[in-house]
Amino acid sequence: MANEFAIKVENVSMCFNMSKERLDSLKEYFIKLMRRQLNFTEFYALKDVSFEIPCGQVCGIVGLNGSGKSTLLKVISGILKPTVGKATTIGSISPLIELGAGFDMELTARENIFLNGAVLGYSKKMMEDKFDEIIEFAELQDFVDVVIKNFSSGMVARLGFAIATITKPDILIVDEILAVGDFLFQQKCERRIHEMMAGGTTVVIVSHSIDQIERLCQRVIWLEKGRIRMDGPVEPVCNAYKGL
Amino acid sequence: MSSPAQGVKLSEKLGSYMKYRFLLQELIGRDLKVKYRRSVLGILWSVLNPLLMMLVITAVFSHVFKFEIENFPVYYLTGSLIFNFVVEATSNSLTSILNASSLIKKVYIPKYIFPLEKCLFGFVNMLFSMIAVLMIIIILRFRISWTFLLFPIPMLYALVFAIGLSLVLSALYVYFRDLMHLYGVFTTAWMYLTPIIYPESLLENMSFIKYIYKLNPMYHLVTCFRSVVMYRQVPSLEQNLICIGISLLMLVIGLLLFRKLQDRFILHI
Repeated sequence: MANEFAIKVENVSMCFNMSKERLDSLKEYFIKLMRRQLNFTEFYALKDVSFEIPCGQVCGIVGLNGSGKSTLLKVISGILKPTVGKATTIGSISPLIELGAGFDMELTARENIFLNGAVLGYSKKMMEDKFDEIIEFAELQDFVDVVIKNFSSGMVARLGFAIATITKPDILIVDEILAVGDFLFQQKCERRIHEMMAGGTTVVIVSHSIDQIERLCQRVIWLEKGRIRMDGPVEPVCNAYKGL
Repeated sequence: MSSPAQGVKLSEKLGSYMKYRFLLQELIGRDLKVKYRRSVLGILWSVLNPLLMMLVITAVFSHVFKFEIENFPVYYLTGSLIFNFVVEATSNSLTSILNASSLIKKVYIPKYIFPLEKCLFGFVNMLFSMIAVLMIIIILRFRISWTFLLFPIPMLYALVFAIGLSLVLSALYVYFRDLMHLYGVFTTAWMYLTPIIYPESLLENMSFIKYIYKLNPMYHLVTCFRSVVMYRQVPSLEQNLICIGISLLMLVIGLLLFRKLQDRFILHI
């Protein structure tokens, strides 16, 4: 690819209005408007964050709870629009932000595979081609036509991971999902992510498991209260983070 | 390809539409499957329901109120077909964004897909219900003419109108949940303002209503549909222009409002 970066985040700030009470109804809104009580407290989940991730790099994001990791991933995936600044990505994105989001519990595994594939923007033909591969990876051969509300949560997660990683996306975004499933399945997931990395996919991983970050990543960004505290090679950043 | 978070050009918009066409199909398929899962008659209900409703209404109105309408079953069915489609599509759309919140929070999908899908789903349902109209026409040996074949045109007007209204409602509902309760009352009033169970002449003779009933978009959609299916007439140019005008106006209002509000949906769902 001619572009040297896969993800470019420029001066991104994400501001949420935290109203003390949520105004979900018209009546409340007008009453408050009349009394001029519509005050919001602004809360910055991300403040002036900038970085570039080159193609093929595996980048980990660490930080304490509430430091803006998930918000950052959502901005990169285009789910959230930043208040200030912009995030540019080049190529297809596969966000693994929550496995099985978009499953319809009333439908069978087969129907959900097609539905979820469509949600992720795959074509029908591709889903037909890859159908068996997905079922095989998720180890759900005996449950193809079972309504998934009867599935265990592990089965749902396996199915979700299998669908989301069936193609080789240019950018893979992984949010804390490797914590699901038993250890065998976790190993399987990691192997698959390794395969993708070998194929040149840019990966962004959020994890609380420093081990995992050290094992997988080439670079780590440490977020603290919405700002970048440290950004660099794995060892120094992880050591500093562990030294908290 | 630039990030979906960026403003997109028209060509890319079309490209993304093609990309999400499969999603639209799948969502409509899902709605059909979920709606009729475990019901013995399944999709037949889309045909049976208007028929049974028609029997009830005909029974009530031919014995209790006694309006003088020729071929009341056909008159009622044609009116209710269009009206029920718009109401069903918009009511389903109203909650569509909120119901898709788990998806919207996790994957980037153009959000207009959800109200659009509900409207298309309603449209498919309406086509099935059209079978009921045909059955009644055959059973009653009602005379139709070639104009009957024009029936998709008013249906399309209604579809565009419903999409526009759905965009408005679904976007506003994210911010104001009262809308659901209000809309229920509104549609009831709307039904009584539209000549579905009573003759149009009734409206013309009312002191105040006679000046305003033509402002009701539904009146024009229903009249246009009836004229081709029931009255063997090609709608006049004026009638067509009015229908096209209100549908497009609604669509434009819907698109503008939706586009303005959609980036902030995620903060409220």
